Amino acid sequence: MSESKFTNKTTPVIARRRVLGVGAGVAGATLVPGFGHIGWAYAEDKPPIGTWPAGSQGSTVYIGAAVPLTGTYAVQGEDERKGMELAVEHMNTNHELMKKFAPKVDKGVLGKKVELVSADSAAKPNQAVQAEQTFINQKKVILMIGSTSSAVAVALNKFAQREKILYLAGISGSNDTTGKDCVRYGFRQGFYGETAANAIGPILVKNFGKNRKAAFMTPDYTYGHTTTQSVNDYLTKEAGWKMVTNQVSPLGTQDFSQYLTNIANSGADFLINVNWGRDAVLSTQQAKQFGILPKMTLVIPYQIPFLAKEVGPDLTAGVFAATDFWWTLEDKYPLAKMFVDSFRKKYGYRPEWGAENGYVSFAHWARMVTEAGSFYPPDVIRQYEKGETIPSLLGDVHYRPQDHQCVRPVVIVRGKAKKDMKNDEDYWEVLELVPGEKVMQAPDAFGCKLGDYT
Amino acid sequence: MINWANFISQCFNGLVLGALLALISSGLTIIYGTLGVLNLAHGAMFMLGGYAGWVAYTHSGSFVVAAIAGSLFVMVVGVVTERLIIRYFYARPPEDQLLVTFGLGIVFVEAVRFFFGSLSKSVPPPAPLMGITPLGFMVYPTYRLALLGIVTVALLALYFVLYRTRIGMIVRAGIEDSVMVDSLGINVYRIFMLVFGIGAMAAGFAGIVNAPVVSIAPDVGDAILVQTFVVVVIGGVGSFPGAVLGGLIAGEIISITSMFNPGYSYVMLFVAMTLVLVLRPRGLLGAAGRE
Repeated sequence: MSESKFTNKTTPVIARRRVLGVGAGVAGATLVPGFGHIGWAYAEDKPPIGTWPAGSQGSTVYIGAAVPLTGTYAVQGEDERKGMELAVEHMNTNHELMKKFAPKVDKGVLGKKVELVSADSAAKPNQAVQAEQTFINQKKVILMIGSTSSAVAVALNKFAQREKILYLAGISGSNDTTGKDCVRYGFRQGFYGETAANAIGPILVKNFGKNRKAAFMTPDYTYGHTTTQSVNDYLTKEAGWKMVTNQVSPLGTQDFSQYLTNIANSGADFLINVNWGRDAVLSTQQAKQFGILPKMTLVIPYQIPFLAKEVGPDLTAGVFAATDFWWTLEDKYPLAKMFVDSFRKKYGYRPEWGAENGYVSFAHWARMVTEAGSFYPPDVIRQYEKGETIPSLLGDVHYRPQDHQCVRPVVIVRGKAKKDMKNDEDYWEVLELVPGEKVMQAPDAFGCKLGDYT
Repeated sequence: MINWANFISQCFNGLVLGALLALISSGLTIIYGTLGVLNLAHGAMFMLGGYAGWVAYTHSGSFVVAAIAGSLFVMVVGVVTERLIIRYFYARPPEDQLLVTFGLGIVFVEAVRFFFGSLSKSVPPPAPLMGITPLGFMVYPTYRLALLGIVTVALLALYFVLYRTRIGMIVRAGIEDSVMVDSLGINVYRIFMLVFGIGAMAAGFAGIVNAPVVSIAPDVGDAILVQTFVVVVIGGVGSFPGAVLGGLIAGEIISITSMFNPGYSYVMLFVAMTLVLVLRPRGLLGAAGRE
C-alpha cells in the first residue's frame, strides 16, 4: 500500500526530469557543429575519444611527428621525416604509388587534407611526449609518429594508449615495442631485434661456422638490450657461439676507447655492433683506430641508415647486416622503384630505410582509415586487426592482430667494396629477403597485452 | 677482463682523454676566472674548431694547415663575439650571461647544421700518425699517442703565455682582482677580449686535434661541455693548474671505472665531483676568496 503510494507520487516527477534532460541534450547537440541529427549515434555508440571527433572536423587533419633532428640519431631522424613528408604529399596529390597502397585516397583521406607537423625529439622520451602533447593541444593531431629510439617508442606507446590517439612507432628496433610494452593504439611497420637476429643468424653460422667468440657493443636502453639478447640467444643456442664480452655504453658516447680496450683484450673473433646512429659510426671508426677492425669481423645486426656513407666502404665491405629496405631492391619490386624515384627526385639522394619506414607506415595508415571509412580510432584499429594482406615496397605484408606488428620481410645485405660500387650510394648488396613469418616469435612470447579500445 | 695489460691500457686511455679535457677546460676556466663569464658556448667553440679545420683540410689536404686554421678561426670568433655581445653582459647578472652564451651555443650549432648537415665528417690524421703502435704489452692507436704529445705541447704553450709573459701576468692579476688591475691603469677590456680569444682558441684547437679520433658532427661539443664543467669544478674554478689536474683525474676516473663496469664511468665522475664539492668547495687547486 505504502509502496504504491510512493510510486504514484514520484513517477511524474522522474518523467518530467527525463523529458527536460533529453530536451536539453537535443538542443545542446544541435548547437555543436557537425553533431546535428547524427548526434544520437555518437552519443550512444561512439562517445568522443582522444582527439576524435574534434581533430577531424575541419578541412585538414594533422599528424604529429616527434623525430630526432639533433643528437645521436639526427641523421636517421631527418631521413625518416622526409619519407613521412613524401607520403603526406602523395596522399594529398593522389600519387600513383600512394594509390597502390590506399586506392581510396582522394586528395587526402576521407575528404580531409593531411598535414604533417613535426618537432625535434632528440631521441629523448620526455621531449618526444612533450612535443606530441603540444601537437594535441594546438592541432588536435589524429595520429602520432616518431621514435628512432625505442625508448621514445615505448614512452609514446603508453602515451598513445592513455590519450587514445593512434601511434605508429617508425624506426624502433626493440622487441618490447610490440612485445611487453605493446598497446592497442600502437603499430609497428618495421623489423626489430628478434626478426633481425633470426634472419641474420643463419647467414652468420653458414658463413663463419660454429663455436665462435663474439664481443658485443650495446647501447644502454631497451633497443640495445633486447637486440643483443636476441642475437646472442640465436648464436649460442643454434651454433654454440660464446659472448666473451658485452660493452654497454650510454646513448651519445663519443669516445669508445675504454670499451674498445676491453674488447681488444677479450680474445673475440667477431665484433657484433648493436650501437646505432652516430654511436655506431664512432664506435666502428674507433674500432679501426684500435686495430680491432679488420682483425675481428664486424657484424651489424640492425643496420643503420647512412652508416656506410659516414664510415666509408672500407669499413663496411664484406660486413653482413639485417635491414628493412635497401634501394637496389627497386630492380625487383616495382613499388620500391616508384618510391626510390620519387624520393630521389624530391630530395636528391636515394632513400635509406628510415625514409622507407616513414613512408610505408603512413601509407598503411591511409589505407586503414580509407578502408574503415572512419577516423574513429577503434574503427581504424579494428581495420588493422583484420590482418588483411596489403602491399609494401617489398611485396605483400599484413599486421598481426595480437601484437600489432607488421609481418614483413627482413633484408639481409653485405657491404660492397669500393671497387664494386656502381655509383656513390651503392654501398650494400642484397643477399636475401627472409620472410617475416619465419623469423618472428609467437605473438604472446614477449608478453604483449594490448589493452582496451576505449 | 681485469688484468694488468687492460689496466695499463685503460690508464693510457684516461691520460689521453684527460689531457684533452684539460686543454678544453683550461680555456673555460681562464675565461671564467678573468671575465667572470661562464661560457656555455664553449662546447660549440670546440665544435667550430673541428668544422673550420675540416674545411681547411678539404681544401689543403694538410692536417697542420687544418689545425692552424681551426684554432685561428675560433679565436677570431671568440674575439668578435666578445666585442659584439659578451662585453655588454659583464655588468649584468650571471643569469643573463648564462642565457646569452647558451643561446650563442645554439646559434653556432644550428648554423653549422644548416650549412654542413648532420652527417659526420672525418679528418684523417697525418699519414705518419696513422695505424697502431705496439707497446709490448698492448697495441695503441698511433694518433692517440701523438695526441697526448700535441695536447701537452699546447698546455705548455698556454702555461708559458700565462706564467712567463707580461700579458699572462696581467691576465693572472685579472683573475685575482680585475678591479685592481683596472685601477692600475691597464685597459682591462682589451685584456678581456684577448682572454676570450685565447680561451676560445684552446677549445677550437682541441676540436680540430680531436677530429681524427671522434669524427665531427654539429652536436660534438654538447657532451664535452658537461665533462668540462665537471673538470673545472674538481680542479678549482679559475685555476689553470686546477684545470689540468682536474682533466687528468676525470679522464682516469672514466677510464678505470669502465674496466669494471662502463655503465658507472660517469656516475663515478659525478661522485668525485660531489666529494670535492663537499670536502673542498673551491676545488682542488682553487684559491680561497676567488669568485
